[in-house]
Amino acid sequence: MADTAVHNDAHAGHDDHAGHHTSTGLSNNKLAMWMFLGSECLLFGGLISTYMLYRGRHSANLGPDQVWDIPFTSASSFVLLMSSLTMVLAVSSAHRKDDRNTKVWLSVTALLGALFVAGQVYEFTTFYREGLGFTTSLFSSSFYTLTGFHGVHVTVGIIMLMSLAGMISRNKVPGDKAETVELFGLYWHFVDVVWILIFTLVYLIPA
Amino acid sequence: MSTATDTQHDHDTESHGLSDLGYIKIAIFLAIITAVEVVFSYTQEQLGAAFLPGLLILMAVKFFMVILYFMHLKFDSKLFSLMFYIGMVLAVGCYIVFLMTMHFFHS
Repeated sequence: MADTAVHNDAHAGHDDHAGHHTSTGLSNNKLAMWMFLGSECLLFGGLISTYMLYRGRHSANLGPDQVWDIPFTSASSFVLLMSSLTMVLAVSSAHRKDDRNTKVWLSVTALLGALFVAGQVYEFTTFYREGLGFTTSLFSSSFYTLTGFHGVHVTVGIIMLMSLAGMISRNKVPGDKAETVELFGLYWHFVDVVWILIFTLVYLIPA
Repeated sequence: MSTATDTQHDHDTESHGLSDLGYIKIAIFLAIITAVEVVFSYTQEQLGAAFLPGLLILMAVKFFMVILYFMHLKFDSKLFSLMFYIGMVLAVGCYIVFLMTMHFFHS
């Protein structure tokens, strides 16, 4: 019995919500995250649709076919795709209660995300130098708005991942640690999923 | 008590999908599809009418691989899938109508 008490105390922080005593029997946090991601579909759906509508509205020499650098964007896409792998490995480590590897994979994910954002900043700077400003055309406005919103989501994700890694280090994650990592993972994968759509619809399909 | 907690933990681990090696295999598969997509974009003229549907199918495969395996929708409760698919279907439906409307009323 004493052993059982110690065992239960040791896992109290992790298993508070493991039973999910809710009316659905599921985690309310996870349900809320999925609802949030469902609503994000509407946000990015609107931005992608607006881009699709206006992608032909540009001057003769500053359209998508003139400014895109497909090899560079492909490399960026690969980096973001691999960050999804490292994120899922972080979630997997968290479920095994392996804090060390969870922190390592979260940090690698944040690093890959930062590399992606750096690539996007470089791309925006290059386009701007070529004369494609935010208000140059309807095409440029809708492109910068769409990819800019995505970049902001990635940046927010990086801040969240670094904060979570720090909280795990100080053992200050409230409730079920594995579920918290999983919730952050869902957000991160969603950002990756949106980029999968943007990469094909914006970059690979010619205007 | 201990047994019950361990059983719950085992159940949680099982319900969270693949092994690490499984995730790595999926990531390699996704990387290969991305490479094929890029090849598609450079061989548009040779592919002809197959270019656009082919690219959209590859995009859809990547999309669903990530949400089903990396986001665990395949292994989790159907209610989570419902929450996400409602948003997705609403978005796709709403914006298809929006794009059609703009097309119809354009000039």
